[in-house]
Amino acid sequence: MPSLKDLRNRIASVKATQKITKAMQMVAAAKLRRAQAAAEAARPYAERMTTVLANVAAGVAGQADGPRLLAGTGANQTHLMIVCTAERGLCGAFNSSIARLARDHALALKREGKTVKILCVGKKGYDLLRRQFAADIIELIELRSVRQIGFTEADAIGRKVLALFAEGGFDVATLFYAKFRSVIQQIPTAQQIIPAEVPARAADAPSVIYEYEPDEAAILDDLLPRNVSVQILSALLENVASEMGAKMSAMDNATRNAGEMIKKYTLRYNRTRQAMITKELIEIISGAEAL
Amino acid sequence: MAESFNFELVSPERLLLSEQVAQVVVPGAEGEFTVLKNHAPFMSTIKPGVVTVTPASGAPQRYFVRGGFADVSESGLTILAEQAVPVDSLDGAMIAQQIRNAEEDLADARDDASRTAAATKLAQLRDVAAALGH
Repeated sequence: MPSLKDLRNRIASVKATQKITKAMQMVAAAKLRRAQAAAEAARPYAERMTTVLANVAAGVAGQADGPRLLAGTGANQTHLMIVCTAERGLCGAFNSSIARLARDHALALKREGKTVKILCVGKKGYDLLRRQFAADIIELIELRSVRQIGFTEADAIGRKVLALFAEGGFDVATLFYAKFRSVIQQIPTAQQIIPAEVPARAADAPSVIYEYEPDEAAILDDLLPRNVSVQILSALLENVASEMGAKMSAMDNATRNAGEMIKKYTLRYNRTRQAMITKELIEIISGAEAL
Repeated sequence: MAESFNFELVSPERLLLSEQVAQVVVPGAEGEFTVLKNHAPFMSTIKPGVVTVTPASGAPQRYFVRGGFADVSESGLTILAEQAVPVDSLDGAMIAQQIRNAEEDLADARDDASRTAAATKLAQLRDVAAALGH
């Protein structure tokens, strides 16, 4: 049976923890609003990009010597996995669910006898994957010092990926991140970015004859590398929003748990206190009666 | 006043402009061109420069864009810019910074192709700086 002092100390420490989780929840809520706005603001660009790409790609479809970023290298041997996670923990299952998806994907590829290379963006994913895939991880990119993720950061990663592709480092690149649905739902997603997945144009869409300046090949050469960066950017922005959402609900849970714990301990504290008072009274009364 | 059409100016970070406009002048890679309503479907890369937008009513607005695409389709004109800033909020320091970056790129360029690309970009940026009077 813990003494009164022990209980008092324990209540005080849980209260302090609750204050911290509450503060973290509020910070996450404020950051979530900003991250969500950024992710939504970036959506139109990615959407227009896909439409434009579909238009141009339809024009060159069927040509044997299309650009390699669109048609692929012809091989399917080496896979690059770009695993985007958060830099910090304390956000529920956010990091581990992305890492789990990536791990399953990597293991499936290895069973088929393929080579896997992993590029980690964000420290947490690296921590989770390095035990099993230490030999496959080629680089870790940390974005800890970046306050607001913008096109510059995504473009830097994109260039790195493209440089690796140009020297024949891999055949297929897949991007792993969590899509933001709502505060309580983030969906770990795998998206292939090289060769580019082009949505088939709707059958009833009018096929217009475009004029190109300079020409189709030059535009595609410019468009495809940029598409890679844009896809990475939208993945990173979705990821930030998801992280904040996951953190907010995790911290909300923690705050609620701490509240319940405080309630339980306070009840126990009061019961112990009353039992002691009763015991003292009985001692006094029985002492008086004995006289 | 000419008939208006739908115009969208998008940068990776946000949608800058989406409205009905009468005319847009775009700095295409192979020369400036003007888009009016019912322009034939057309796609072009753009060079660093100034996009002049004339709304259906009101004064023309100018935006500085750096690289990207212009896509003219039946639904209107879409500009996907790598970077887009209203000219009013642009200051000389920013252009100077970009020129410095381009100069560094030129100095760092190893092969002929990238050297030519960097030199072209630098020349275009200097043109813009001159045009804006910075």
